[in-house]
Amino acid sequence: MPETGEDLIVFENVCKSFGSLHVLKGVSLAVKRGETLVIIGQSGVGKSVSLRLMIGLLYPDSGKCLYMGREIPQMNDVQLDEMRRHFAMLFQSGALFDSMTVGENVTFGLRANGMTDEDEMTRIMEDKLRAVGLGKKKFPEIPAKLPSQLSGGQKKRVALARAIAVEPEIVLYDEPTTGLDPIMSDAIADLIISTCEDLKHKNVTSIVVTHDMHVALKTADRILMFHGGEIVGEGDPDYYRNIRETDDDSKLTEKEKMIRQFVRGQAVGPIQAVL
Amino acid sequence: MLVLIAQLGAIFTNAIAEVGRMGMLLSEVMRWTYLCICRRQLPAPWKVILKQMYFIGVSSIPVVITTGAFTGMVLAYESYFQLSKLGVTSWMGPLVANSLVLQLGPVLTGVMLAGRVGGAMTAELGTMAVTEQLDALRTMGTDPVRYLVVPRVISATFLAPILTAFAFVVGILAGFGLAVYGQGVDGHYMWQHTKEFLVWYDFLTGMTKAAVFGGSMALICCYKGINTRGGAEGVGRSTTEANVACCISVLMLNLFLTMVMYVFDPFRSV
Repeated sequence: MPETGEDLIVFENVCKSFGSLHVLKGVSLAVKRGETLVIIGQSGVGKSVSLRLMIGLLYPDSGKCLYMGREIPQMNDVQLDEMRRHFAMLFQSGALFDSMTVGENVTFGLRANGMTDEDEMTRIMEDKLRAVGLGKKKFPEIPAKLPSQLSGGQKKRVALARAIAVEPEIVLYDEPTTGLDPIMSDAIADLIISTCEDLKHKNVTSIVVTHDMHVALKTADRILMFHGGEIVGEGDPDYYRNIRETDDDSKLTEKEKMIRQFVRGQAVGPIQAVL
Repeated sequence: MLVLIAQLGAIFTNAIAEVGRMGMLLSEVMRWTYLCICRRQLPAPWKVILKQMYFIGVSSIPVVITTGAFTGMVLAYESYFQLSKLGVTSWMGPLVANSLVLQLGPVLTGVMLAGRVGGAMTAELGTMAVTEQLDALRTMGTDPVRYLVVPRVISATFLAPILTAFAFVVGILAGFGLAVYGQGVDGHYMWQHTKEFLVWYDFLTGMTKAAVFGGSMALICCYKGINTRGGAEGVGRSTTEANVACCISVLMLNLFLTMVMYVFDPFRSV
């Protein structure tokens, strides 16, 4: 098993713009093997863009994005595919393939990695669906259903099953609870928390982008807060809890006041709500 | 005036850039095809390829046959009145057959395919693009060009000539049928003249055109689909743009291919 704590993904002074919109302005960070890193921040501050830079779906305008010491933009197609086989990503929308059944969706990554044993794939598929609460006993018809026949929560569960089916080294979660009702959102949050904890025992690295402070505080080893294209806060969940509980402004820096406003979910404060 | 010139210039440069990007996609399709042949691998599972072939080929047969039949009959009906004034109605045979094999068969099949298959192709890939399904494919180490574009372009390139053959066979039969049984033209002489004037190179020209139209239709629709941005509105916009681009490309390529094939025609008289 690779050593826990080595730098797996490193950003060095990364800048990324879309037209005149400067999303990341010189961000530097390091993701260590085996940790659960949570990235929080308002919409449009570059959280999802960072995930896409990590997996090579986007490239930086300047700065370096490194995976195991190798620059991701310098990789050729074969190296990029090889790198991506170590990753799994849970997309905001689930991103299940519409034309495939749930079973085919969950086993897609296994086939892409060259597995051909149908029995083994079926076993893994049932195992992973059970892990996300869609086991054969309760939902015998689920593997044969199309994504369009599933509820929002079931789609997220299937997407999570698909992500963990390939036994990845790194799992990226892109706002997994967005777009769900509060009860379903909480159920998915609990599922992600248990998945992260389960994967942590296997030394799997998790990077979670979320607005949901419940998920962030419960799963994270470390939390980064993005604002204005920069990292304004970095610490463990206790650091964020302490800031949340601090009412005395004189004890907080300007950046910590931003963190407090975000963690408390307040409209009034140093961060301007853009309507 | 300067603003107008600048706008026209921008439209022109955008169009050139778009053609360039399609050329890049074509080179990627060719690269993946070559790699798949060398590695003796399929670009996608059989099930996916067969589904595309069924959708492009089998499902299009009724539309293509109907188009061919009515075009053949209209040609026969219209030309009868012109040729009967000269007393050479049996020349309707080569007129109908050559028109269908060389021009109308491939062009109308291309246009019908663009409408029936192309729109659905763009909408499907466009929806996949805006719902992050293409990104999901990439993150699982599967290149969308290999998995989605190559099967569609290859299927369309090989199936369009077969569909065109259906169109002109049915069109010729329908035209002949109307001429012989509806207008009383001598079928024997009509057939003799047709055999005399329709040569193998005409079939080669028609088939080549059909293959190019089919391939370019699939390429344009896939390009528009995978580059779709902006949700449902974006999918609608891409679909419309793809349809227009396909129809225009069929007409432009038809002129180009007609000229090129004529240069190499071993039977040309001039």
